[in-house]
Amino acid sequence: MTQTTSPPSVAFDAEGFQAFLSNRQEPDWLSDLRRQAWDHFEAMQWPERRHEEWIRSDLRLFQLKKHQLSLAASDDTEVREQLTGGVDLGGQVTSVDNHIHTDTLAEDLAAKGVVFGSLDRLVNEHSDLIRKHLFSAFDPDYDRFAALHAAFFAGGQVLYVPKGVVIDRPLHIDSMLSNGGSDTGHTLIVLEEGAEATVLHESHSPTSDAGGLHVGALEIIQAPNSHLRFVDLQEWGHKCNHFAHQKARVGADASLQWTIAAMGAGFAKVNQTVELVGEGASSQVNGVLSTEGRQHIAYHTLQHHIAPNCQSDFLYKSAQQDHSRTVWRGMIKVDKAAQKTNGYQRNDNLVLSNTSRADSIPGLEIEADDVRCTHGSTTSKVDAEQIFYALCRGFTRNEAVRMIVIGFFQQIFDRITIESVREALGRSIAQQVRDYE
Amino acid sequence: MSDAPKHQLKIENLHVSVGDKPILRGVNLTMGHGQTHALMGPNGSGKSTLGLAIMGHPGYEVTDGSILLDGEDVLEMEPNERARAGLFMAFQRPVAIPGVKMADFLRHATTNVRRPDRKEGEDLIPMREFRKELKDKMQHLRMDVEFARRYVNDGFSGGEMKRAEILQLAMLQPKFAILDETDSGLDADAVRLASESIADIGGREKMGLLIITHHDKLLEHNPPEFTHVMLGGRIVETGGKELAEELHRSGYDRIRTAYPEAEARNQEMLNEETAV
Ligand SMILES: Nc1ncnc2c1ncn2[C@@H]1O[C@H](COP(=O)(O)OP(=O)(O)O)[C@@H](O)[C@H]1O
Ligand SMILES: [Mg+2]
Repeated sequence: MTQTTSPPSVAFDAEGFQAFLSNRQEPDWLSDLRRQAWDHFEAMQWPERRHEEWIRSDLRLFQLKKHQLSLAASDDTEVREQLTGGVDLGGQVTSVDNHIHTDTLAEDLAAKGVVFGSLDRLVNEHSDLIRKHLFSAFDPDYDRFAALHAAFFAGGQVLYVPKGVVIDRPLHIDSMLSNGGSDTGHTLIVLEEGAEATVLHESHSPTSDAGGLHVGALEIIQAPNSHLRFVDLQEWGHKCNHFAHQKARVGADASLQWTIAAMGAGFAKVNQTVELVGEGASSQVNGVLSTEGRQHIAYHTLQHHIAPNCQSDFLYKSAQQDHSRTVWRGMIKVDKAAQKTNGYQRNDNLVLSNTSRADSIPGLEIEADDVRCTHGSTTSKVDAEQIFYALCRGFTRNEAVRMIVIGFFQQIFDRITIESVREALGRSIAQQVRDYE
Repeated sequence: MSDAPKHQLKIENLHVSVGDKPILRGVNLTMGHGQTHALMGPNGSGKSTLGLAIMGHPGYEVTDGSILLDGEDVLEMEPNERARAGLFMAFQRPVAIPGVKMADFLRHATTNVRRPDRKEGEDLIPMREFRKELKDKMQHLRMDVEFARRYVNDGFSGGEMKRAEILQLAMLQPKFAILDETDSGLDADAVRLASESIADIGGREKMGLLIITHHDKLLEHNPPEFTHVMLGGRIVETGGKELAEELHRSGYDRIRTAYPEAEARNQEMLNEETAV
């Protein structure tokens, strides 16, 4: 037996921040940003329990001092690659606890000026490019988690697609957490005018009962007429804390298809925002939330119409088992200038046990007068008559429930245009749906 | 093949309650191999209840009596075991299962019913083999193959629902099938098509059919060896084909007068129904 020394790690405190900072090799402007963020973090309070975003998510269950950030790579790697079955990739970045393991980009794409890979590496190679865009769709002062992220973000990935470049193969990002590890990854995606790309992101822990911390952020910046498909399969271990700020800014006549599947984490709070900043921009969000055990997953979504003639179409479906709970708070915000907005927002819940819970709060905030916005939410149980019908056709109870749950999500699958993603989500959900007595 | 096993479904003294409300009060009915029985009776007399109790609906509690399939105690079985043992019901009002395609539903159902010992997760009938059979059956029933891609009963018209039930009957090939008003809500052409289809499937597979109907077309194509008349939760009279013909011609007045106690019970159940 060989002695394993655990990699050096730091706490998320002043001393830890200094150690973290001195360990970085990065441009001064970035270190300055971090110092500023850390100052802000120290000056800020944790969100109040009365705060609208936290009223249903009890932050007292979270203690930052129980978590550490590792400064050296662990060799605990197990790439799971759920999303990439049979897919020819244009590039891949994998990491464990922020430390990059794989960092590849196909030569033909690099030759076209595409930049893709580790943010830690590329911030040195393309300092000006990254400086221009970093934090343009992320607000480090949003709350204390945002400030913490801005101070400590590491690992992370960048995708930059130059004007007119169409990437025909998906790019893959796999973020892994060791049991008890931390991930502070920042993902920055920039599509210039007329560019097109597909990004498949997945995150996971070594086992479904692993713990750890994720304090992450995602920024998507789309210039006019660009087209992005972004997929995010979140399967952190069920004892992980998961806090994320995710925002896309979509330019004129650009389109974004954003699919999220939140299956993991014990306590999760995600802000997901799409800003429609150019006339004719359109966005479709497909969300799957599936919880079990004592999982608590909260999504706060905002479809913010800033420019006129834009479209946003957000559909979330959630299924809750055991003692788990989801919170979905959706908002369509239409600015005064955003006439002819077409906004749609919906959250359907399938509550699978008497002790699970779904909070679903749709909302509209409309300042323009010529808009079409619809929203809705439903909460239902698996219908006993549906189960009986399936039993009468020879299904076992488990098979019946599984089929009904997968059928419930089918409307989302029907909207997903990438086959490997549809399959991975189907598998993931089928795995999570418990056996029923 | 004369040495093929002969099947029998035997219902004795069946009492069924919904909640604490007794509905069936001692039903006796024995169906032999490949026989066709008509089950008639006014609304609320208990016909659907009998079917649902045979299938094991959890809301319909059997408080007395027995149901035996080839001597096996059906009441001990879960509904899915009953299906795998060879019982089938075409529902009067089948439920929708949104997001589940007919073809996927039927492939799973057909596999389970044909391989009663199949464990969860074991392979289904190979896709190609299944598709071919499904397509053949659908063509035979003059159904558009597109139908298989639609979600189970989701947004189906009344007629489409009934035809989907007939398709399931054709695929699952049970030993005994209860057809609960499979001809209701259809126009004349659709009734004829349904009647012919059932005669075809039932005859070919030598199925026992328990046909619940208010119309004569279905029975013209599937002449019953026995006709049972239910009233107030009991079978009050059993006859041959001519009894069904009489009821179609003259209605239930003679029956209601001849069995005043059952008629009173039938009215009582209907009144309770509106009182709920
Ligand atoms: N699920 C139920 N809940 C309450 N009453 C029921 C239920 N199912 C049947 N009944 C009652 O049982 C009686 C017989 O109903 P049913 O079997 O549907 O009659 P039929 O099919 O002959 O019209 C009716 O009075 C009906 O109200
Ligand atoms: Mg009925």
